Amino acid sequence: MSSRETILQRLRNRTGGELTVPECDFSVLVRDDWSTKERIERFEKMIESVHGEVHHCTEDMWMERLAEVLNTRGARNLLIPKQHEIGQSLRTAGRNDLPELLIYDEPIESWQSHLFNEVDASITSTRGGIAETGSLILWPNEDEPRLMSLVPPVHIAVLRAAELYTTFHEAMKAQNWAAGMPTNALLISGPSKTADIEQTLAYGVHGPKELIVLIIE
Amino acid sequence: MSETAEHTGHHIDVKEFHPRAQAAIHDPKIRKNFRSAMDGLMSKRKTAFEGWDLETLRDLGANVRLRALANLPDLLEQLEKKLIENGIRVHWAVDGDEACRIVRDICKARDAKTVIKGKSMVSEEMELNHYLEEQGIEALESDLGEYIVQLADETPSHIIMPAIHKNTGEISQLLHEKTGTDLSNDVEYLTASARLQLREKFMNADVGVSGVNFAVAETGTLCLVENEGNGRMTTTVPKCHIAVTGIEKVVPSMEDVSALLALLTRSATGQHITTYFNMISGPRKAEELDGPEEVHLVLVDNGRSSIYQDDELLDTLRCIRCGACMNHCPVYTRVGGHAYGTTYPGPIGKILMPHLIGLDEGRHLPSASSLCGACGEVCPVKIPIPDLLVRLRQESVDGDKLHPAKVRGHGAKRSSMEAMIWKGWAWMHASPGIYRFGTGAASKFRALQPSKAGAWTDYRTPPKLAAKTLHQRMKERGQ
Ligand code: SF4
Repeated sequence: MSSRETILQRLRNRTGGELTVPECDFSVLVRDDWSTKERIERFEKMIESVHGEVHHCTEDMWMERLAEVLNTRGARNLLIPKQHEIGQSLRTAGRNDLPELLIYDEPIESWQSHLFNEVDASITSTRGGIAETGSLILWPNEDEPRLMSLVPPVHIAVLRAAELYTTFHEAMKAQNWAAGMPTNALLISGPSKTADIEQTLAYGVHGPKELIVLIIE
Repeated sequence: MSETAEHTGHHIDVKEFHPRAQAAIHDPKIRKNFRSAMDGLMSKRKTAFEGWDLETLRDLGANVRLRALANLPDLLEQLEKKLIENGIRVHWAVDGDEACRIVRDICKARDAKTVIKGKSMVSEEMELNHYLEEQGIEALESDLGEYIVQLADETPSHIIMPAIHKNTGEISQLLHEKTGTDLSNDVEYLTASARLQLREKFMNADVGVSGVNFAVAETGTLCLVENEGNGRMTTTVPKCHIAVTGIEKVVPSMEDVSALLALLTRSATGQHITTYFNMISGPRKAEELDGPEEVHLVLVDNGRSSIYQDDELLDTLRCIRCGACMNHCPVYTRVGGHAYGTTYPGPIGKILMPHLIGLDEGRHLPSASSLCGACGEVCPVKIPIPDLLVRLRQESVDGDKLHPAKVRGHGAKRSSMEAMIWKGWAWMHASPGIYRFGTGAASKFRALQPSKAGAWTDYRTPPKLAAKTLHQRMKERGQ
């Protein structure tokens, strides 16, 4: 008998007999409807409490803010999506206050060490955010691959205020995650960090040292 | 090579709990490191649940886990089906050795020489690192705490914070000796050095091995909780990702995950959520530009299906490995994780390890507790840990030949002397005449009471018998 069958059979022929299935009432996870304003405030508070940064932007001026953010950090380049409108508008804006724009359009194998060693910052879209925990929802794809939000030392994420949910529970229901998930989905709630050395917080241990959120209101 | 060859484990002798606990209690560094860390974690947990109806949330957590366990075999099959549809390969292992061999075979098939690892307690349980090393495959831990512990050739002393027993100076010294970094108490510098060292390793590793926090049957999704990003690196950069997990980790849907996640991170470290919540549902698709080409899941039983047989012991399998029970345990806080000598220390270790190693080897574990109940009160999935400890204590002295107890190695702690004394005790208490005679005689000859009563009086003054028994006094009062 295979190990699979051995295990399943042992579980099926439980000596204790059938187990009762309890009711699960998820209403405790449902938060009173927070207004958009409350959601933004909570989101900002949570992100800042974990060393992230939030900038309030509008459709018209987010690029300006982005340029400021990058310039104060002396970023030499910025990794942008190719298809997504964020990338499109950056490329067509013709601004001279932005650093060199890079595109992730080749398999990682062909430029791994460049990505790991030479890219200073990246910008990605989000599929919304979660106010209660200060989280960003990312579904990486071929246009914005998984490593974009992980390898560069600065990750900038664009979040539309209208897509800010109250809780994770609400977000997954509203977006119907049960219908199917992408190969990789992420909640990102701050820059990479560790407290493994005597409980002292240090940022950027493996992932980005900084997480900057541009909220478009 | 023989397929049944057991690999040589790096077991500490679990039976030596008492001398190790003694040594730890007299080690001011251990006392201080654990005390301050645990105090901090306890208060952070409390703050993190502010504004939540914690009892109702814990009820939900318990029910979600119980529901999953009630359907465990079906859910495992559903999970397997869904994962295969998603392109993830599924393997089953009855024990740690088989799981190790599965990982080895996947590595060998890819001609892999180096494995980078994300945090996985199940792989600690399997002693995977040593096994792979014996097979000529380098296995390197990438979680900073695990990395430190591995460099020191130690085992984790806490399931969430593996290197909590070390202070900055020791870590600096260790990194200096093993990796050539400068001696420094600057945690930023030490962390940045480790980042550099490990980034090289991520880029060159052939295989990434990780654990799993929740496996979702409905969508075929493996969920990983972490702060550092090493888990994401491990599961994204190498061409092949192998996830290992206990069979109890499966839940029906993402909705269940939302409840457990709300409880897990707050209970563990007092965080509302961890930096990364990584949900993996498949290998890289043809059009995608990164991610592993191959994803495997190894479902490990290793004693879990035995625990599953018994209605009471089954509750052990609800555990989501948050570590809150150890953070709040007065024994763990004082002796630290290494004193237990087991993969999982603290209260969860005391109720889980006897099943994995047998009650003969783990005989001291259920007794290493004051039964104060703190663990049961904080457990996010309401595991009645103290009740389970009592049950295991019973099993460890079990002598019932007709209805023998269930846990492997039961009865190992039974002493015929002790059993006789308790039999006598029961007999005396069941016969009023003998009871009165016995207590009366004890009071009368109380001067003969020995001043030492074994280990009990090592740290305590011996209780003195009163001059008169309670019965005598009541009689004198005319009642
Ligand atoms: S037994 Fe409960 S408190 Fe302890 S680690 Fe498991 S879930 Fe957490």
